[in-house]
Amino acid sequence: MTTIITEKTTTEEVNDSAKKAVYETNQLNLWYGSNHALKNIDLEIMENEVTAIIGPSGCGKSTYLKTLNRMVELVPSVKTSGEILYRGRNIFDHDYGVEELRTRVGMVFQKPNPFPKSIYDNIAYGPRIHGIKNKKILDEIVEKSLRGAAIWEEVKDRLNENAYSISGGQQQRICIARALAIEPDVILMDEPTSALDPISTLKVEELVQELKKDYSIIIVTHNMQQAARISDKTAFFLNGEVIEYDQTDTIFSNPSDKRTEDYISGRFG
Amino acid sequence: MSLREKFEFELNSAQEELITLSTMAVSALNKSMEALIRQDVDAALEVIEDDQDINQLEEFINDRVILLIAKQSPVATDLRRLIVTIKVASDMERVGDYAVNIAKETIRIGNQELLPQIEQIQQMQKLAVAMLHQVIDAFVEEDIVKAKEIAELDDQVDDLYGDVIRKLIQAGGENPDKLGQITQLAFISRYMERSADHATNIAEQLFYLVRGRHYDLNK
Repeated sequence: MTTIITEKTTTEEVNDSAKKAVYETNQLNLWYGSNHALKNIDLEIMENEVTAIIGPSGCGKSTYLKTLNRMVELVPSVKTSGEILYRGRNIFDHDYGVEELRTRVGMVFQKPNPFPKSIYDNIAYGPRIHGIKNKKILDEIVEKSLRGAAIWEEVKDRLNENAYSISGGQQQRICIARALAIEPDVILMDEPTSALDPISTLKVEELVQELKKDYSIIIVTHNMQQAARISDKTAFFLNGEVIEYDQTDTIFSNPSDKRTEDYISGRFG
Repeated sequence: MSLREKFEFELNSAQEELITLSTMAVSALNKSMEALIRQDVDAALEVIEDDQDINQLEEFINDRVILLIAKQSPVATDLRRLIVTIKVASDMERVGDYAVNIAKETIRIGNQELLPQIEQIQQMQKLAVAMLHQVIDAFVEEDIVKAKEIAELDDQVDDLYGDVIRKLIQAGGENPDKLGQITQLAFISRYMERSADHATNIAEQLFYLVRGRHYDLNK
């Protein structure tokens, strides 16, 4: 049919050639004991983009996210095969220091988890661990990070208050600021708004849009509309496999795999 | 009923209403032409009066679809189906409007003896109605092969339209006293040609629904 009918040209074609890959995952397999949790994953994640990972519970999306900064290794009995290249280097190489990786790859979790310390100390924690003692430099980092997380104006007069004294939405942005303080390259977000009210969710979503100018963001979300709103690319995981990975516009308007369509349309999951 | 089942029930209801709307619009087009041929002013008035039912049903479908989009945030095929439903409803409502226009021209012509070009306009009507019926069937069956054939019929309608206009212009030179009816018949043939175009539009919408891409069937 297509040969005899003129298909209108679209402007959707996105030229990725100018962008670099921040992560290249090649034939990644992961087992928790005998449970084969990730199966032959091939994914290329581009810099300065928001990449959403969606899929039903237990599909392996959080496992994949935690593999990107090797946090998954905290679970006993984990085995992996294949490779994940971060900026061209395999993070599973024996001489690749996990601390080095985690200074480049920050993480924000489902529930806000500030340290039971002041707002200031939460942000200064990472830089201090990395040896920065100078108060003036720490002050600058704290302000820059809080501004970067769009919360400076709300907390600038309360920096010495305990981080638990502010709202959940503010705590989550403090956690994002804490991730920014170590000047990472990538930010991993594991359902960062699932415990937040709609207004706080909107603030975090807007923040993600801002942050992608300077960082590459990978976000696991159960909220389909959130993935559609804020991401550039979306990967759909099912039973440990990547079923479809494409431009978010394509995934949510015309996915090529029926399982993707069924999931995003709420037919299962 | 699960939320998904409820959504599908609403979606199917909108589709059924769209089929009803389409049937009403095509029936109005047929009735308006019959009124013209029989020079039946009462039948023409009935077409004009019945058009409000078509308009109301189109609004009803639009409201249902808007509510579904607002409440369910549909994506992919579900979303395309809803958007296409609104667009096809709009096309069919226009066909209903053309029927009204033809009915108004019929009233203007009154009991004047009809010019022979009416026969070709009848041929146009038969083709346009066949296209509309076919596109409704194709829509129900989601049959894009059938939809493609509609575009080919549209070429025949366009050729007939060109021919009718040429002959009407010629008749104008020969019968200057009939210029009023000649103008009215030219409008009527235009409405038939436009009705056929709407059938082609709907066929394109069907391609978009099934394939998720835009196609131009007029080339």
